[in-house]
Formats: sequence, C-alpha cells, structure tokens
Amino acid sequence: MKKSKWIMLIAALLPLALFFFPMWNIKLEAPQYPDSIGMNIWINKITDQNPNDIKNINLLNHYVGMKYIPEQMEEFELFPLVVGIMSFLGVIVVFTGKKYAYLGWGIVMVGLGIAGLYDFYIWEYNYGHDLDPMAAIKIPGQGYQPPLIGSKMILNFKATSLPMLGGYLLFAGIALSFIAFYIEKKFSKK
Amino acid sequence: MKTFHLIFKIFMLLPLMWSISSCQDGSGDKKGALGSNIAEKVYVAPGEHDEFYAFVSGGFSGQLAVYGLPSGRLFRVIPVFSVDAEKAYGFNEETKPMLETSYGFVPWDDSHHPDLSQTNGEIDGRWCFINGNNTPRIARISLQTFETEEIIEIPNSAGNHSSSFVTENTEYVVAGTRFSVPAPQVDMPIAEYKGKFKGAMSFIKVNPEDGHMNLEFQIMMPGFNYDLAHPGRGKSHGWMFFSTYNTEEAHTLLEVNASQNDKDFIAAVNWKKAEEYMAAGKFKEMPADYRHNVYDESTHSATSNKMTTVKVLDPTELPGLVYFLPTPKSPHGCDVDPSGEFIIGSGKLSASLTAHSFPKMLAAIESESFDGEAYGIPILKYEDVVGGIVEQAGLGPLHTEFDGKGNAYTTFFISSEVVKWKLGTWEVVDRQPTYYSVGHLMIPGGNSRKPFGKYLLAMNKITKDRYLPTGPELTQSAQLFDISGDKMQLLLDFPTVGEPHYAAGLPASLITENSKKYYKLEENNHPYAIKSESEAKVVREGNVVHIYMTTIRSHFAPDNIEGVKVGDMVYFHVTNLEQDFDVPHGIGVIGANTSELLIMPGQTETFVWNPKKVGVWPFYCTDFCSALHQEMQGYVRVSPADSNIELTWSLDDE
Repeated sequence: MKKSKWIMLIAALLPLALFFFPMWNIKLEAPQYPDSIGMNIWINKITDQNPNDIKNINLLNHYVGMKYIPEQMEEFELFPLVVGIMSFLGVIVVFTGKKYAYLGWGIVMVGLGIAGLYDFYIWEYNYGHDLDPMAAIKIPGQGYQPPLIGSKMILNFKATSLPMLGGYLLFAGIALSFIAFYIEKKFSKK
Repeated sequence: MKTFHLIFKIFMLLPLMWSISSCQDGSGDKKGALGSNIAEKVYVAPGEHDEFYAFVSGGFSGQLAVYGLPSGRLFRVIPVFSVDAEKAYGFNEETKPMLETSYGFVPWDDSHHPDLSQTNGEIDGRWCFINGNNTPRIARISLQTFETEEIIEIPNSAGNHSSSFVTENTEYVVAGTRFSVPAPQVDMPIAEYKGKFKGAMSFIKVNPEDGHMNLEFQIMMPGFNYDLAHPGRGKSHGWMFFSTYNTEEAHTLLEVNASQNDKDFIAAVNWKKAEEYMAAGKFKEMPADYRHNVYDESTHSATSNKMTTVKVLDPTELPGLVYFLPTPKSPHGCDVDPSGEFIIGSGKLSASLTAHSFPKMLAAIESESFDGEAYGIPILKYEDVVGGIVEQAGLGPLHTEFDGKGNAYTTFFISSEVVKWKLGTWEVVDRQPTYYSVGHLMIPGGNSRKPFGKYLLAMNKITKDRYLPTGPELTQSAQLFDISGDKMQLLLDFPTVGEPHYAAGLPASLITENSKKYYKLEENNHPYAIKSESEAKVVREGNVVHIYMTTIRSHFAPDNIEGVKVGDMVYFHVTNLEQDFDVPHGIGVIGANTSELLIMPGQTETFVWNPKKVGVWPFYCTDFCSALHQEMQGYVRVSPADSNIELTWSLDDE
C-alpha cells in the first residue's frame, strides 16, 4: 500500500479516539479551590474532572441561577453517529485511493468540526445567559458564559476551556487527511 | 546580725552566679530573635505547611491537641475522653456510646501519653493511641480522619498511667496501673494494702488491618505503683519495661512513705514469653466488667459492648515472665534507646540517670545471679545490669528521648532544664533551662528505631510570668528546641490545651497523603441516612418523632415542619449531602438540651430535642457554610400535647 494510503487510513481512524478519550475540558479556578473544579466533555457524556466536580459546579452555579449541567443532550446521540459514519466513509475513501476523495473527506470534517464548535458555543451561551429569575445573586449585565477556547475571569473564578486528548487526535486526523492529499498530489504527478 | 549579713551576702551573690551561668550557657537566647536567625527557623510562611505534626496530650482536658512544628500552630483539638460541644462529641446520639464505661457515662478523663503506631520499629502514620488516667481507658485515634475510633476500658486498673505505649510492630498497646487496688475489687480495710493489693499490666492486642483493640491478657503484679513504660526494640523487641515506685507498698502519705527505699524497680516483662504461656493455657479467666466502644466510619455511629472476662497471668507462678531491675529513687521515665540496648531509668528523686544494659540483663538472667526476689519475682543485681550512669546531670530526672545520632535528652523537673548527654560515654554535653518545671519531652519518632532528630519539644507544667496574665489560672506550655547542632537552641514557646504530659510527633508527609477529605455519600450506612432531598421525611412513632433531614448549600430539607407537640421526643437525623472538601454544615435548635451538630460532608448525625413550649421555633446552620449561610434556617411548629395538627414537612412550600 502506498504511503499516502496509510496516512489516510490513520486519518480516517483517529476520530474514533473520541470514544475513548474526552474531547474538551472546562475548569474553574479560585483560591478556595486549590485543585480547581472542572468537567470533561466527551462526544456522548460529561464527566467529573475530579470526583463530584459536576455536583459542586452545579452547587456554585445555582447561586447565580445557572441551570444544572445536563446529563442528557441530543448531541450525545448525534455526535457518536456522525463520528462513526465519517470514520467509515474515511475508510472507503482510502480504498478509492483518489486524492480528491481525501481532500473532500478532510473538508467535510472541517465543516463538521466548525459546526460542532458553533453548537458548543451556543450551548455555552445559553448555559451562561439563561438564568433563573429567582436566583439569589443577580448582577445586571453579568453573563457566565465560559470561553470557547482559552481563559477568562468570571467573577472570582478563572474559567479555562481547552481541548483534551480526544479533541487533539480528532484535529490530527483532519490534518493527516490533508497531508495524504498533498503527498498523493505531489507524487502521483511524476 | 551575723546571720543577717550572711543572708545579705548570699542575696548579693545570686545575681552574680546567675549571670555567670547564663554566660556559660551562651545559648544566645538573651539576644533575642534579632541576634540570630531564630525567627526564621520557626517561620512558616502563610500558605506553607509545617514539617512535623505534634500530637500533644491535653492532660485534664481529656483531649489530644494537634500542632504543627516548627510553627507551634494549633490545628485541631481531637475530642477523646471528654465531651466536646463544638464537635457534638458525647452529645450526639452517634458518639454518646464512646464515653460509656462500666460506671455509666463518664464525660471526662485525664489524658496523658499519646503514642503512634509502628511498623518494623518505625512510625507508620496510621493511628495514635492515648490513655485516660482516671477511669482507666485506652483510645485509638485514626490519623486519616483525626477522630477517636475506639475506646477500651481497662478492668482491675486504677490510675491508668504507665500507658499507652506501643510495641514495634503495634502488636500491643500496654496499659499499667499507677494505683494498685484489690483485684477483683473487694470491701476491705485500706491498712491491709500490703500484699493484698495488685497492680495489673494490660496487654491490648491491635488488629493490624483495622486497628481494633482487644484486651488479650493482664499480668497481675505486686501492689507497687507502675509509673511509665516503654517497649523494647531491635535486640530487645519482645520485652516491655515498666518503672515502679512505692515498692514500699505504702497506703498513706506516699510523699514520705513511698520515698524510703534507696532503689525501686524497673520491671522487665517478656511478653513473647507471656504469649507462650497464653498459648499453653497457663492463664486464669477472671470475671471482669468493662466496656469496649467502637466507632464505625460506615454507619458514622459508635456501639458500646459489655465485656465480662479477662485472662490473667500470674508472674509469681510463671518463671521467666518478669524480672526486676533495681533502679534508684522512684524512677519515672524508663526509656529505650533506638538500638534497644539501653533502658534509661530516671530516678525522679535522684541527681543521676541509670542506663540498664539489655545484653547485661540477659546475661544476668542466664547466670541466675539474683539478688533475692519480690513476691516470687527475681530481682537482678544492680551492678550486673547497669550499663552506665550519667552522674550528677541535674536534679529530678523525668524522661529521656533520643535523636538517633547517639545523643539522649533528659528533662529535669526540679532543676527545670533539658540536658543533652551521650549514650556510651555518659557525659553531659549541653543543658538548657526550661520555663518552668518541665515534665516530658518529645522528639518526633523519639520512641522508635528511627527518630527524626531535628526538633525537641519540652512540655512545661507551669508558666508563671511567661505570658500575659489571665487571672489565677495560667496556661501550660511547650518549648521547641532546635537539636540539629551541637548545642540545643530554644526557638519558640507556645501555650498548650490543658496540661501537656507527653506528645508524639512524626513527619507530616506520613499523614497528609492519606488524610480523608470527605465521607462518600454512597458509603454512608447510617440507619437514618438519606441520600437525596426527595427522601426527606418526618415520621411519628407514638411521641417519638424522627426527622430525616438533609443539608446542602444553603438550605435544610425540609425546613418547615408542623405537627410536633409539646412532650415529644424529636430526633433530628441530619445528613450532609455535600461531597466537597471542607464544607461541613451545623445545626442548632432553640432550647435544645444538648450541643449543636457539626456534620462533615457525607456524614449523618443525630441530636434529640424535647420541645417544652408551644410556638414556632427556629433552627439554623451553625457553621458558616456559604454566601447564603445566614439564609440557612428553618422552623418547627410546636403545638399543645393534645392538638391534632397533622405532621407535615416541606421545602419551598413543596
């Protein structure tokens, strides 16, 4: 098998890492939380960074009227399906051996990735702005939306949002599909 | 007139002598912190941690205080033998059984000698043991939770003073009696003490898995006073040494009548031999009445069990079990050096220290060269067993510990000082005054094969003018010395909780990793625990009302309760649903004849309230838990005894 095919095969399989590793992490740091509290976002669930963190985030957030972190979301069913299908299609693409198929797969993945990030942003926006009017603490104009990526201060907490291993492997997969395309294009011209 | 002149001259001379002696000391302590780096040595910057824990006995407070060294900061007072309203210890339903004894509920004791569990002769950071002196008891404290987990009462004992010392693999904790008493107790004339009173030495077996204690056997000794003890280690492992006084067997005016013999004894007990005799069935089973109280971390509750017998070994009939080592003048401390070779006897009415040699003791036993016997127990010859004498070291030696570098440190009560001397050469190399009247001292790991010879903590009985006055009752104190150099250097003195009889210390790293942060809710097996607010309820059984309540920031569930009546017995069973580090909640209700509760995350505690007056009565959270702590409150409506208001409960009117 050609080198580009191997690379494309790896590209097609890497998104499956999302089933084994969390995709993203949001954590909150404050002096009273020396270990920070946070959550790990998977394609099909949200888990504690350390035991009971989600419970404790919910406890803190209820003072400002934020909703509980959901245990169920539509995305938790949709995302695994999309990732599974795209990986499957990727493998088919490998066997076509066509460089534009590689490129096409990569572009679709980028599109899906952007859609996913947009969806994440919308969820974060609602999570940070859809507040209970009965909340004990109300600060006019204050939103509690975590950053999409990077850090920002939310009242006394520094909120940090960054990809985790699953996310990085997904990016790597997409990048490899473009590399496979480039190699195939360069060497097949000869 | 001549007499006057003489006295006058002596008074004139005293300051001169003092200044000479303080020059010789050259400790630099008069120069204060500016003249040296003393302040730096005890400064633990904000947010930084101390290097050592010190567990200091609370004396007549009955408790155990936890300090950091070198800062001398007090972290916690662990309730052990006395009720503690702050922590609801002895007040809530769960811990009341801990203070049950064969005499009923005893809310106080006098705690003396903490000692730490060991593995292979080294401190392992699992448990701390401490004795209650007045109503004889031994307690075990978990170093994961810093809570008292177990208390066992000691029968046939009185003044449980030569306790609670731990053998080098925590096989046993020993408890010797200071006061000999009739055993079993009997109505008899006090004047017939001699020969009839007995001194029980108790060997309490410790389960290596969970630390649970069992009174394995007692050795019924002659009616002396048994003062202190220490275990053999290394080559002397398998032996336990007890100091005795009042070998005169006086029953009145002991300060004179028990100070007549030139030598008393250190009793060397071969507990490996005792195990053989136990296995061979050479014990007598004796009726006894004592309690064994165990706190279960999973039910968050203690149970008190009544015990009815004890196995007794008679050393007058069992050869090789006990030998007496003659030791000058009412010895107090009997301390074993890290190698296990020397047993240091501190004759408290003497000026010198006696170091018995364990190999010499074995040789003397081997050659059966005895100097008579006492009640059938062989007395070894003093000159056969003495390994060395520290001559004229000070006045009133009490207790010795070791730095693991060949040095020993002894407190002298009467001359109020700590004296450093060398094992083997028996020469005094340094001395420092204490303020004032030092009792015991402690070097972290000092009672083990591996002392951490960096700091020494001396514990003083009186402080007089050392601190700001607080009326007639003044604090006791502890004084920290740096012993890493050739000369001891006084670094710090700090007040203590109650009288610090003794302490045990260890490197913080042995504890911090295992320290519990909270109790897991799913592991809570308390019979009245509930795991969510939806399970909250109130149940009436006749005139007994059980409230199943939860706490979480920042409310109780339920927080409105109606249908309680005057004369009811109302149990508040409160489960703290929090699962985060350092988020306890408390609860107090107006007019309750008990303490608050202070409930750790994941824990359930219970208090009883007997409403006496009709009305609507508030309860509230007593531990500042959150920004809305002041909102954490509720009401109980109390109706007349004959009313027929339905029992209802709610949170947010739901």
